[in-house]
Amino acid sequence: MSLPESASDIRAAVARNEISAVEVCRAALDRIARQDPPLHAFLHVDAERALARAAQLDRDRPADAPLLGVPIALKDNICTAGVKTTAGSRLLEDYLPPYSAHVVERLERAGAVIVGKTNCDEFAMGSSTEHSAFGPTRNPWALDRTPGGSSGGSAVAVASGMVPLALGSDTGGSIRQPAALCGVLGLKPTYGRVSRYGLIAFGSSLDQIGPFGHSARDLAAIAGVIGGHDTRDSTSADAPVPDYAASLTGDVKGLRIGVPRALVADGVDPGVRAAFDASLETLRDAGASLIDVELPHAGLAIPVYYLVANAEASSNLARYDGVRYGARADASTLHDTYYRTRARFGAEVKRRIMIGTFVLSAGYYDAYYLKAHQVRALIRRDYDQAFARVDVVAMPTSPTPAFRLGERTDDPLQMYLVDVFTVSANLAGLPAISIPCGLTDASLPVGLQLTGKPFDEATLLGAAEAVERRIPRRRPTSGSL
Amino acid sequence: MLSPADVDRIAALARLELTDEERARFATQLSAILAYADQVQQAETSAAAAEAAAPGDARMRDDLPLPCLDRGLVLSQAPAADRAAGLFKVPRVLGS
Repeated sequence: MSLPESASDIRAAVARNEISAVEVCRAALDRIARQDPPLHAFLHVDAERALARAAQLDRDRPADAPLLGVPIALKDNICTAGVKTTAGSRLLEDYLPPYSAHVVERLERAGAVIVGKTNCDEFAMGSSTEHSAFGPTRNPWALDRTPGGSSGGSAVAVASGMVPLALGSDTGGSIRQPAALCGVLGLKPTYGRVSRYGLIAFGSSLDQIGPFGHSARDLAAIAGVIGGHDTRDSTSADAPVPDYAASLTGDVKGLRIGVPRALVADGVDPGVRAAFDASLETLRDAGASLIDVELPHAGLAIPVYYLVANAEASSNLARYDGVRYGARADASTLHDTYYRTRARFGAEVKRRIMIGTFVLSAGYYDAYYLKAHQVRALIRRDYDQAFARVDVVAMPTSPTPAFRLGERTDDPLQMYLVDVFTVSANLAGLPAISIPCGLTDASLPVGLQLTGKPFDEATLLGAAEAVERRIPRRRPTSGSL
Repeated sequence: MLSPADVDRIAALARLELTDEERARFATQLSAILAYADQVQQAETSAAAAEAAAPGDARMRDDLPLPCLDRGLVLSQAPAADRAAGLFKVPRVLGS
């Protein structure tokens, strides 16, 4: 039989013995070999290990394996025991983690086959995947454009059909924005929903792991696998994970969608706006109601985010000192070892460490870091007030479609501004999803972002299913060169 | 506006070696980013101050000895180690 496209169909076919996990794995590896060279979504592919794992599944035939035989790609900041994990950095170029992330253990228990690790901005710091030390990833919809970032490799691996599912991490939009720019779904779960044990830390009060996929059904399957309590992450929530598949009715009758009109009034590309407005009309025609809401402090989300995230990054990245793991530069004293080893960080990582160091330094802490925390509390309160009246809040995921390689790399601030609609969900700890909702005139994908109440991923997935049934989806052409 | 000397001071706090080109470029770029971040000063935050100052909801656990990573495995990733003695090795810390 031919290889099914979706994770759900692959699982069903493997479970019914219509195709083996090894055949599925070979097909994914073939696609990667054929399609990845111009795209550069993958940093490492371990074919031997993946095939051995698939063969094991064919022998064991585990029952109750919701991702049986499904090939999956992981962003390269998620630790895989004995398999290179670089976070897109020269500092971790040869790093072999001594343990696997919680999500890796969960995926393997669910019968998934991890086929490779995907490209990302160095330490997940960026919005275009151009800050990877190993070269950029290209967008399968237009090879001269970026896929977004920082989880650009995972978005492209799914968008181009190399794998049906991938995981990324989202600190300020790093799952949702590349999902939007590549025309796939991307979910950032609630802060605390998915354990970060084994995720290379960037901004610890913001980081969350989540999936990319082509359908709400596939996203629901993997979200159910990776969610849930883990004692190894002190922020992991001990809250039940519902059966997300039960929410995929396609029915949005009575769903109250809040639209922050003032926030999305300016600076949105006309093609993005047209697709966004049309998708809201579609949801209204399907029985949802559109309600104006105000998020008065969300306009400050970008400055707050870049103060909080960089402060946390400067602290988290202090561990890369050339002593315990990672690269070490030659030097005759420990002092010089630190400086020369850390000289190998890329320019964007250095900028962020320096911003973070500055805003935490004596004399500036109150004005920047403490103030940012206070505004963060106000942003959270804005959402609390909105959710008293609505079930979800809608915005475009990104103000623009995919931008050209090199277009924003010379001006860091211009790059930061593309996160304007995504960062507030991280600051407020809320779940948010990007759903493909059409194309611009130039045939570039547009994402509809819905943000939900804490631990209400089910409503987001249900709305995604409703959009999927009503707005026709297309696949990129250049991904299958 | 940050001067190159300010950039040097911050880089020293962060233990970062910068090239001359980075020092010059970062003075301009970091100044622009911080000027943009100054927007947060406009927000009236008295109502939020107490909330922001409150501790988070990090969950506590009992302080129990639990299995941990194998020492040899961890030392295998060190740039320099004395595996027999179970030590990371670093260049000298004091003296010239």
